[in-house]
Amino acid sequence: MKHIINVLVENKPGVLARISGLFSARGFNINSLAVGETENPDTSRMTLVVEGDDRVLEQVTKQLHKLIDVIKIADFVGEKPIARELLLVKIALTKGTKPQILQVVNNFPEARIADVGEKTITIEIVGEEDRIQTILDLLRPFGIKTLSRTGKIALPKGSK
Amino acid sequence: MAKKMTGAEILIESLIREKVEVIFGICGGAVLPVFDVLYDAPIRFILTRHEQGAAHMADGYARATGRVGVCMATSGPGATNLTTGIATAHMDSIPIVAITGQVPTHLVGNDAFQEADVTGITRPITKHNFLVKDVKDLARTVKEAFHIASTGRPGPVLIDLPKDVQIQETEAKFPKEAEIRGYKPTLSGHPGQIKKAAQMISRATRPLIYAGGGVILSGASKELIQLANKTDIPVATTLMALGAFPEDSPLSLGMLGMHGTEYANYAIMDSDLIIAIGARFDDRVTGRLDKFAPEAKIIHIDIDPSAISKNVQVDIPIVGDVKNVLKELNKIVTKPKISAWLKQIEQWKKNHPLTYKRGGRLKPQYVVEKIYEVTEGEAIIATEVGQNQMWAAQYYQYTKPRAFLSSGGLGTMGYGFPASIGAKVGCPNKIVFDIAGDGSFQMNIQELATAVHNKIPVKVAILDNGYLGLVRQWQELFYKRRYSAVDLSGNPDFVKVAEAYGAVGIRVEKKEDVLPALKKAISINKPVVLDFIIDPEANVFPMVPGGAPLTEMLRGLA
Repeated sequence: MKHIINVLVENKPGVLARISGLFSARGFNINSLAVGETENPDTSRMTLVVEGDDRVLEQVTKQLHKLIDVIKIADFVGEKPIARELLLVKIALTKGTKPQILQVVNNFPEARIADVGEKTITIEIVGEEDRIQTILDLLRPFGIKTLSRTGKIALPKGSK
Repeated sequence: MAKKMTGAEILIESLIREKVEVIFGICGGAVLPVFDVLYDAPIRFILTRHEQGAAHMADGYARATGRVGVCMATSGPGATNLTTGIATAHMDSIPIVAITGQVPTHLVGNDAFQEADVTGITRPITKHNFLVKDVKDLARTVKEAFHIASTGRPGPVLIDLPKDVQIQETEAKFPKEAEIRGYKPTLSGHPGQIKKAAQMISRATRPLIYAGGGVILSGASKELIQLANKTDIPVATTLMALGAFPEDSPLSLGMLGMHGTEYANYAIMDSDLIIAIGARFDDRVTGRLDKFAPEAKIIHIDIDPSAISKNVQVDIPIVGDVKNVLKELNKIVTKPKISAWLKQIEQWKKNHPLTYKRGGRLKPQYVVEKIYEVTEGEAIIATEVGQNQMWAAQYYQYTKPRAFLSSGGLGTMGYGFPASIGAKVGCPNKIVFDIAGDGSFQMNIQELATAVHNKIPVKVAILDNGYLGLVRQWQELFYKRRYSAVDLSGNPDFVKVAEAYGAVGIRVEKKEDVLPALKKAISINKPVVLDFIIDPEANVFPMVPGGAPLTEMLRGLA
């Protein structure tokens, strides 16, 4: 099972290494990790997507808490956070396929054209996991040349 | 306006403010400014012969005194040599602060001479570490380092200090308190959980206390004794907790686990309630996990939430400082009805005592018994790792905390001798023994020079079987006696080695010479190396083979 964990950390050198080191040393699997500064430049927020059962999630959370540079952890157990991911997808372009690709892009507010070249078109997709998957499935037949994704970021819903 | 001070001065002033009385270590190029300040500072510096020795000495000092041990080394190889000692302290939650020099900040990352990424290397083996790049951060960093090392679940903290930061000047401000927003250990247990635990205890019919090293770290021996006395619940300790509960108490079951007493292992496997206190259900304690104590409910008290439900599922977790939690628990706990259980345990104790084959060549167990006798149980015993460690654990009766120093988690051969030196520095009025093997002792034998030169009169009792004994035992029992790479032929004459260093060496081969030799060793106010030539194939029993359930013990006398 996949879990999203938000970790608020000190914005200091070496903190990312502490987190990734902990995961490799304890044998936990990370699906994705996204990190960036928060509203306060002293802190960064990391969003981790972790694979494992509830026991694994409990150990991951406890072990993260032990790191001195970890300030706060939200594991979103029993709630669905607002979660987004950004993808850049480069797709092969031929005269015949262009209108079809544009149609896919136009049908989904999550997708837009980022760049058009002679032989490729690059599409950016921002959205929730299942929507991203749907769009990718529709684009795949045209030939995905390169794909790059940021990993999920998340915040709790409402005023929390 | 505060006076301007260099980084080196700030460091030493900070250490003085932390009441550091001794530092163990070795000087080198990248820490020269610090050593220049240390030259006339009111801190004792003990120059070791290897940085690993320095780290173990700081560790032994910390275990024996309960204070933070400090070690220091230069950059690169000086720092990497500390790492085994740091990892040892990390696995056993021992508070030490290691200070390492680093190449100047403008050279960091350039593969400079004697450069190593020390914060990178030590990240997984420290509780926390710091690279100080600005002299203005130094005083606060030292304050935080000591705070982190000594509070919560203790552990080693490393400060890496580039040479230019040691020289830079600033107006130093020394904070009185450490304020770290991401670090707030939970000290008091949840009252509701403590109440539930008391209720569960009162209903138990076969309860057992399983006490770990956390009892010693928390200074909670008194509270543990109160709990046992108030409830009549027997106590088994881990290797790390030897001395946390007096082994001369009728409620003591001694040590449990792989080389624990048979009765402790039978008791925990048959129990209906395990009260785990400051322990972590290590594989050496539980044996095969899915067969471990099948009928037991578990109450687990620990300051580290990640220790709870890591290896076994716990019914009542209580996160908090063991001493605080036990104080609260003792107020409300009542005695369960367990007379039949106690009778059963008495029976096990009578039928399966700890014992060994006598006769023939000198037996290591006998030597340990005599060390107990001659020190009247009042010595601090450090051990190496292997058979010597297990015999020292089994045949010396521990009645006080901080009197048994051993590398339990990491199992570091070479730990005991430097640890004994550190302990003796911290407790100069105690007799301090290192119970050693001929293999382990040679892993830090160079510290004889440190002991002799600094007049630290520790006693080393080598249980000399000419083998890497515990590995040989495994090969005897599980590898058809194919003794692969365990024969230590080529060992030096330990008596001559001791003498060459200016210590005293005594060789003992006969049973009747053991006691006189020990008495002589204690009467000499110098480091003494006793070379006990023991039965080369003496084994440690009982023994639970790796991966077997605790009830499947091999017995030497069967």
